Amino acid sequence: MSVQVITGNHAAGYALSVAGEANRTARGVACGIYPITPQTEIVEYVAKFPFSKGRVVPVESEHSAMAVSMGASASGARAFTASSANGLAYMAENIMVAGYYRLPIVMVAVNRTLGPPWNIWADQGDTLMLRDFAWLQFYCENNQEVLDTTLLAFRLAEDQRILMPVLVCMDAFIISHTQTETTLPEQTEVDRYLPDLDLPHRMRYDEARTLGGLAWPHEGLSQRLEIDEAMKRVPNVYQECRESFTETFGRDPGDVIQTFATDDAEIVLVASGTMATTAREVVRQRREAGEKVGLVKLKMFRPFPEAALREACQSATHMAVLDRNYAAGTGGIFWQDTRAAFHGHRDDVLIQNYLTGLCGGDVTPAVIDDILADITSRSALGDPVWMGIDTGEETKQ
Amino acid sequence: MIATAPTNPRPDECLLRPGNTNCGGCGMSIGLTMLGRALTEAGDTCTLVIPACCGIVTAGAFPTTSYGVPTIATTFASSPAVATGVACIRDLNDEPGQVICWAGDGGTYDIGLATLSAAAERNENIIYICYDNEIYGNTGGQRSSATPAGARTTTTPWGKTQDKKDIMSIMAAHRIPYAATLSIAHPDDFARKITTALTTHGTRFLLLHSPCPTGWKSEPEDSVKLVRLAVASSLFPLYEVYDGATYRINVEPDGTDPAEYFQRQRRFKKEEIDLRATRRACSDRMQRLQALAERYPSDR
Ligand SMILES: Cc1ncc(C[n+]2csc(CCOP(=O)(O)OP(=O)(O)O)c2C)c(N)n1
Ligand code: SF4
Ligand SMILES: [Mg+2]
Repeated sequence: MSVQVITGNHAAGYALSVAGEANRTARGVACGIYPITPQTEIVEYVAKFPFSKGRVVPVESEHSAMAVSMGASASGARAFTASSANGLAYMAENIMVAGYYRLPIVMVAVNRTLGPPWNIWADQGDTLMLRDFAWLQFYCENNQEVLDTTLLAFRLAEDQRILMPVLVCMDAFIISHTQTETTLPEQTEVDRYLPDLDLPHRMRYDEARTLGGLAWPHEGLSQRLEIDEAMKRVPNVYQECRESFTETFGRDPGDVIQTFATDDAEIVLVASGTMATTAREVVRQRREAGEKVGLVKLKMFRPFPEAALREACQSATHMAVLDRNYAAGTGGIFWQDTRAAFHGHRDDVLIQNYLTGLCGGDVTPAVIDDILADITSRSALGDPVWMGIDTGEETKQ
Repeated sequence: MIATAPTNPRPDECLLRPGNTNCGGCGMSIGLTMLGRALTEAGDTCTLVIPACCGIVTAGAFPTTSYGVPTIATTFASSPAVATGVACIRDLNDEPGQVICWAGDGGTYDIGLATLSAAAERNENIIYICYDNEIYGNTGGQRSSATPAGARTTTTPWGKTQDKKDIMSIMAAHRIPYAATLSIAHPDDFARKITTALTTHGTRFLLLHSPCPTGWKSEPEDSVKLVRLAVASSLFPLYEVYDGATYRINVEPDGTDPAEYFQRQRRFKKEEIDLRATRRACSDRMQRLQALAERYPSDR
């Protein structure tokens, strides 16, 4: 174990590499890589890692990067990749296939604005666009969480009760390019945490099996149902993976939702990624001033932790859901799922949406203050509120 | 979803198992059978990597499969990249068998060209076989860039105006160790080329002229005759290219006139085929190949 001052990208690159290396006693590791700002440092890191039994293939596109990783994974090896924004959009077809093939691939995504207009800064719309594929999704708020969640992701993805790929997400630049103190585990510790991958449905050169042929509706239906059942098992299996992580590394990688001062909170902020860090600090100050405010950080987005979220917000009368994304024609994606989670369970809570930090905007304490001011005075649900829109009125004054 | 066929495959008996639903006279089916035989003869086996195309529909519906060897379906553009991953893990684990992409012309000349080019540039240790039926068969017969000039398809209802893309030159330009054309009308040549491919390391590209009665609007019993005519008239010469440099012509065309080839397929309309231009193109094609074959005399 060593403590180093590194970027979020470096943390991700390290975690992917040592996880891959840990499978050297089994079928090894291989992956396809392709660069895109702000993810590039991750693939550069894995490209120079001296794998004892592995190969990193620098391909010609994200579509092929995922395809190479799928070929390796379907052959029973550990596999991963990383991408961002338009790279994810280009890769989308194969991302979908990896999920439906139940391949335990781990992908680190740096959340960046989908262009045009071209913009390399933080926005979660890119990975949220992939929300309906059979992938688990986690959103991290700092470098350590990126590293820990990436390692945990392999254990979870490869668990025989799950066997699904996992996306580990971080905000562009705010995490990817910011150096902070991060604890890096030793290879031996990672070896202990990640057992040899044993993919039950892997291709074998001496077994004539066809992976991915045609299926009639009732067969397709049962494949989807199996995915649904596996998704339902995730919360429990996650807790097991989390406990053994804590045992191995002496550090808690965090729960699927993380609450702060929610016990008697009347107003609850719901946030993800680095927005949660800022919101937590504002909530702490408000609590000191005696206000009944709390925060829920959604770390896991797929499967959506409905029950845990409802439980954390039992005392809430008002909820403000912060979305660093915009689904055209509706609103924020975290908001849609939050509302759906309460519908039919509790209809007495006002769940308002705030679109903030989109396209790389800063979500400062002042923005959180504005959101709190709005939600506190609200008696009825309104349209999603666009934060940080410059109406030009202030400059006119 | 995984469908299972008997284990321990012997490719000659079961690479393509009976009961598949391919059209009668399908060149792809005959090609698969010939491939299976050549593999067995060489004591080799394979994993098939198949993109969206008739070749994957061939497998049939879960839980059965017509393929008697391990097979993985990929997205339309991805077979060489998925094969890269499969071959990586095979090699890291010192496992036997070839990794063979079996792809249509759409997946090769069109949507998958960048993927194929990249795999060839990296010289991945895979065999890529394109069964070229000069059409998108699976989606009901649309043009591809392998469709020859004059052919009517559902998206070229008055005949295609552009000529067929020269994929062999494109692949040779990658200087891959081995590239060759195949015809089901020349089974010995077919078998020898598979054997050469099996004993070569790196990216090996094979182009099979694959008659498709459904798309070509031809009689199933004419399939072999048609591709024999194509070889004899230099429409589809049989040759091989080593390292992108050494050319060898394997079957000398006998000067057969291409007219009959067109007459026997209803995808061609007499008035839409410029026979004089076609004859000239055939002779130019052969002259160019002969010049290349002379310039770099084969020592093999
Ligand atoms: C990305 C994508 N676009 C379109 C399709 C639809 N599609 C499936 S097979 C095919 C044509 C295949 O043509 P070819 O590769 O020549 O093989 P053939 O069907 O002739 O055997 C098309 C267009 C698809 N599966 N995926
Ligand atoms: S459409 Fe053509 S290539 Fe496809 S199965 Fe029928 S004959 Fe074969
Ligand atoms: Mg075709």
